[in-house]
Amino acid sequence: ELPAPLLDDKCKKEFDEDVYNHKTPESNIKMKIAWRYQLLPKMEIGPVSSSRFGHYYDASKRMPQELIEASNWHGFFLPEKISSTLKVEPCSLTPGYTKLLQFIQNIIYEEGFDGSNPQKKQRNILRIGIQNLGSPLWGDDICCAENGGNSHSLTKFLYVLRGLLRTSLSACIITMPTHLIQNKAIIARVTTLSDIVVGLESFIGSERETNPLYKDYHGLIHIRQIPRLNNLICDESDVKDLAFKLKRKLFTIEVDFIS
Amino acid sequence: MFVELNNLLNTTPDRAEQGKLTLLCDAKTDGSFLVHHFLSFYLKANCKVCFVALIQSFSHYSIVGQKLGVSLTMARERGQLVFLEGLKSAVDVVFQAQKEPHPLQFLREANAGNLKPLFEFVREALKPIDSGEARWTYPVLLVDDLSVLLSLGMGAVAVLDFIHYCRATVCWELKGNVVVLVHDSGDAEDEENDILLNGLSHQSHLILRAEGLATGFCRDVHGQLRILWRRPSQPTVHRDQSFTYQYKIQDKSVSFFAKGMSPAVL
Repeated sequence: ELPAPLLDDKCKKEFDEDVYNHKTPESNIKMKIAWRYQLLPKMEIGPVSSSRFGHYYDASKRMPQELIEASNWHGFFLPEKISSTLKVEPCSLTPGYTKLLQFIQNIIYEEGFDGSNPQKKQRNILRIGIQNLGSPLWGDDICCAENGGNSHSLTKFLYVLRGLLRTSLSACIITMPTHLIQNKAIIARVTTLSDIVVGLESFIGSERETNPLYKDYHGLIHIRQIPRLNNLICDESDVKDLAFKLKRKLFTIEVDFIS
Repeated sequence: MFVELNNLLNTTPDRAEQGKLTLLCDAKTDGSFLVHHFLSFYLKANCKVCFVALIQSFSHYSIVGQKLGVSLTMARERGQLVFLEGLKSAVDVVFQAQKEPHPLQFLREANAGNLKPLFEFVREALKPIDSGEARWTYPVLLVDDLSVLLSLGMGAVAVLDFIHYCRATVCWELKGNVVVLVHDSGDAEDEENDILLNGLSHQSHLILRAEGLATGFCRDVHGQLRILWRRPSQPTVHRDQSFTYQYKIQDKSVSFFAKGMSPAVL
């Protein structure tokens, strides 16, 4: 069977973390949601090699309930946590981001991903998925106003999150609706604070939707940034034009010869 | 350090100038190779180095440092290098109340006005020790990078003030050097960053600007480096001098060449 790459463990509608990585999960509804937004993954582990190119999952099947219950995962749904008594240190972020950071930090500490409690079982990596960061669902107003009162909350959150990731065995993938953020400076700062940045640009609503040259594709993929970690050089590909198509059972990325 | 860059800058660790502010800048590319260069350069020059590393972990700089012939671990152990690991410190500051003032304590405050605790940290790190014998040549402050401070809620003026105080202490009082990296955000309309970049450009003796190629990605040329001397050492030369080279980054070095003279092209 194929080893499970990073993305496949996320299949919940709400933000969650999945630590159980032995089996290849059979459903992956996250990809459908990701298609509509720009995607900003962070600290992504390198691509997993496989005998066949690509990864094969059936997104139409739901994950068996027993598998979910047997897995060690933690969900964070802000409306449930907002009135909780979770101990939170005073911080200058919005309450939503503060609680989220505390939640992540608790798991890292409690489950020993920072090396504080020796893990008895086989060493594992904490995978974190955060959806719609920056949206009003997180109590942030950068999608609503160009110069809101919380303009530094998101970037501060990302910086502290980066610190948590760098000091523990964890990796995080984030989606962000950057098409809703009017302040270009924030997007530039978010990019600088991330390791890998991938943009998905949908053709829906753009002139390319009716362009016959693009009829086979649903949008473009932009690799905006790749990191130089522990190195002077990075593995930059010379293929820059990538397009994708999303069908019921297939998400493919192809070199776009048109643009 | 990159020997070719030393040649372009007409300097070596033995006879580098003192009392200078060097500004590193990157536009549409990653200029971190310049940070690695100066870190290893000044360690080899036997300077006391205070490195405010805000964007990457210690191990990242350490691994690259080894490729460039310096051991950050040993430099830290023998007291030559004072390393502030911003990311790790941020986690400490945000999740635990600190008993003593912390250089990054502004992260806990809703409206942090200034970077005084950070300056105090730098001053403490580089102050000369009264043991009578000078162990290190001169002090150096290196910051990677200043733009991050804007993302953390500090205003451009507060960051400029911080650098002003650092220059007064490190460059004038202690006859050392300051090297900082600031990103050029280009058309991202980042006003605060533009103010910071412009303000520092006017104060710098030397500006090294790494730029992505206008024509896009190229396998053999990774970018171009603009070297701008703002106050050249020769008093007879009144105008600022500027040179542009293209460069290619390799595993352990960076090679520079005049435009259009890449070995791959010739």
